[in-house]
Amino acid sequence: MIVNLYPLKEFRLPIVAECINPEIFQIKGQKEIEKLEVWEGNKQKRLGDLFKIEVTKVGDAPDATVITINGDVSRVRRVGAGMKSGEIIVKGDAGMHLGEEMLGGKITVYGNVLGWAGSMMKGGTIEIHGNASDYVGAPYRGCSEGMHGGKIIVYGSVGNEAGAYMRNGTIKVYGCAGQFAGLRMREGTIYIQKDAGTRAGACMKGGKIVVGGYIESVLPSFTIEGIREKVRVEEGETATGPFYLFLGDLVEHGEGKLYISKDKNPHLSSYEKFL
Amino acid sequence: MELLIKNGFVYDPINGVNGEKMDIAIKDGKIVEKVNERRAKKIDAFGMVVMPGGVDIHSHIAGGKVNAGRLLRPEDHFKDFERKTTVTRSGVGYSIPSTFTTGYRYARMGWTTVMDPAMPPLEAKHTHEELSDTPIIDKASYPLLGDWWFVLEYLRDGKIEECARHVAWMIKATKGYAIKIVNPGGLEAWGFGRNVENIDDPVPNFDITPREIIRGLCKVNKLLNLPHTIHVHTNNLGRPGNYITTLETMDCVEDLADDGKPSIHITHCQFNAFKGDDWRTFESGAEDIANYVNTHSHVTMDMGQVIFTDTTTMTADGPFQYMLYTLSGKKWTNHDVETETSAGIVPFSYKRKNYVHATQWSIGLELALLIKDPWKIFMTTDHPNGGPFTAYPRVITWLMSRKAREATLKKINPKARSRSLLPSIDRELSLYEIAIVTRAGQAKALGLKNKGHLGVGADADIAIYNFNPETMDPSKKYKALRRAFKRATFTIKGGRVVVKGGEVLKHVEGATVWLDVQTSEEAKITEDMKRRFKEYWTVEFENYPVSEDYLAISQPITVKADV
Repeated sequence: MIVNLYPLKEFRLPIVAECINPEIFQIKGQKEIEKLEVWEGNKQKRLGDLFKIEVTKVGDAPDATVITINGDVSRVRRVGAGMKSGEIIVKGDAGMHLGEEMLGGKITVYGNVLGWAGSMMKGGTIEIHGNASDYVGAPYRGCSEGMHGGKIIVYGSVGNEAGAYMRNGTIKVYGCAGQFAGLRMREGTIYIQKDAGTRAGACMKGGKIVVGGYIESVLPSFTIEGIREKVRVEEGETATGPFYLFLGDLVEHGEGKLYISKDKNPHLSSYEKFL
Repeated sequence: MELLIKNGFVYDPINGVNGEKMDIAIKDGKIVEKVNERRAKKIDAFGMVVMPGGVDIHSHIAGGKVNAGRLLRPEDHFKDFERKTTVTRSGVGYSIPSTFTTGYRYARMGWTTVMDPAMPPLEAKHTHEELSDTPIIDKASYPLLGDWWFVLEYLRDGKIEECARHVAWMIKATKGYAIKIVNPGGLEAWGFGRNVENIDDPVPNFDITPREIIRGLCKVNKLLNLPHTIHVHTNNLGRPGNYITTLETMDCVEDLADDGKPSIHITHCQFNAFKGDDWRTFESGAEDIANYVNTHSHVTMDMGQVIFTDTTTMTADGPFQYMLYTLSGKKWTNHDVETETSAGIVPFSYKRKNYVHATQWSIGLELALLIKDPWKIFMTTDHPNGGPFTAYPRVITWLMSRKAREATLKKINPKARSRSLLPSIDRELSLYEIAIVTRAGQAKALGLKNKGHLGVGADADIAIYNFNPETMDPSKKYKALRRAFKRATFTIKGGRVVVKGGEVLKHVEGATVWLDVQTSEEAKITEDMKRRFKEYWTVEFENYPVSEDYLAISQPITVKADV
């Protein structure tokens, strides 16, 4: 089943549309998809009021369902929330809470994404070809159950607090990251190919953060452990260093690993005397 | 306006009505003998259960602590929200719903009177602002007086009568309803990072023991003729082995009871019925407590049932909340309310597979089922400490159906299951007994004369549930029972139909009940007291009392004291 969505107008109000989900679309025909309920501001609307919907092929297994959104949906929140299978492709910018609590399937965005992409996700993959804003993979405010699994790949940069409270899974950022990457993380991997903001790994208890670019400083509650030539990012992918390996965060009695590129950070060479 | 409820199966334990088919007539918000059948609006309750509106003796629904809990837990709100309708306002929150939602949700289940059990006197204004914003239900609040400096000093000096006058003034000043005692002495000690170990452990800086505080305030309660007894959250709450403290606490006021009237209410007893030396040897002490209560008539208690869900614990018991924080490692807040009390909040998740949590679940039900007299134990979840009040229908099914209990037992921790007494208990409460533990008993214990029954002159607070006791067996059809109690077919508050088919029809205001305790001689507001306010409080004495115009709908009950 292939579904194409075209925004009928430039959205000005926030829209909440968790119904854009392959499993929900799968069991429905075009008419029923148009009748799915969404919120635009404080008004309840139908999906058909906001999008032109084209269903090109009906049937197939649920994991073959592909939803393509053609256009800017940066005001549309919770796209693909809780999805288990299938694929969503956004050709444009996507809004907040993209793929929140998703369990499987794939979301690809050829544009930028606002906050909380892949928030509390448990499985599946999110691929973002532009930049992602703050709280990538981080839980909702107040919640301490972050990303539990799955993979988020960002080809651009990410904002602050990427992977906060992460419990498992992988976040790969091929651009830069803001402050507090891996805040309070417990397990899993965050790979930042370029520069990272300060306070990376603050209060981390476990897991791995790899910074391939410049970082202004490492928190004083981390201790240097050694220098590593390379580090495994995930199955079949390694980053080559050399990297300084720091352990922390000691204020939480943490055993997290923070790898910082040696070449890009000559100002950290003073740590070598502790080795 | 006149209203006539016809053909329902009426359960009114205070008047001894057990499931009889009868009509209830209502006029001007009160229950009357009869109304003009042609003129009155009629409600056909054929095949339905008619009960007085529910009464909750202990539910944290308002005040500084509840609001701090709301601030602490945005994640509690975002998955449970209600949007506004043409009559109701919007709201959020699962374990700590916002004020409007609290009122609506209680009304939807057929509850019409709720007591907020912990009001730090300093935050009385805040509490009453929130209570005024809680719609439909009538409510009241108990000021925390067990660690109040002046009370401790009067009791230490043996000045019971002066203490009574002072407490009367405090109840009036805070617009409270009963004397609440939380971890007597422990909260004062917590101000210095300590706690008291048992009821004979002296309180630091005050030459007094918890036993003296409880006995003193119990005597004060008697001197003032307050309608409710002292409402006690015992020392050592939530610690293994604390059932001994609970037994000692009950025992220490036995001689103060007269004519078979209760002299103490032990609240959320499940949390004080732990046996064992530590969490590994932890087990249920429900049997010992039930044996004591079955052989004594001076105690009432409520369950504090645990529900397997994600909730927020909040008590005035600061040291206990600190212990809970160290156990769970979750976020917490703690607060020392100047010279009065303390408070703490920790989010908590009760899990089926956890031995301690599953045993706690079992303890609550064991207490309710092993205590033979339903007038002595009432149904609560200590909202939100054991679980949100919205779980009451579930608790009702556990009490009424062995099958429902077994269904849950199957899913809990195997060690807890094998040690639980529940499989050996066959007792299933009848609808009549449920009406006692959810309404009549609570109203009687609270001394609310117009609530909890359907006799002539009572407030027309009525709940009608779509469950036919003639054709359906609650023990087998427990799911239908749960559905019925979850959404009352009709809730009538003050003679007005406020809920129909589980939906709120009207946004009406509920009254705030408080005690106007009249002593022969006013409490002396000495210069010394005012000076101390200046020195130790952040609030000036003049701004301290809550004036009556502060309450949206004020409903004072006049009490004539013996002093």
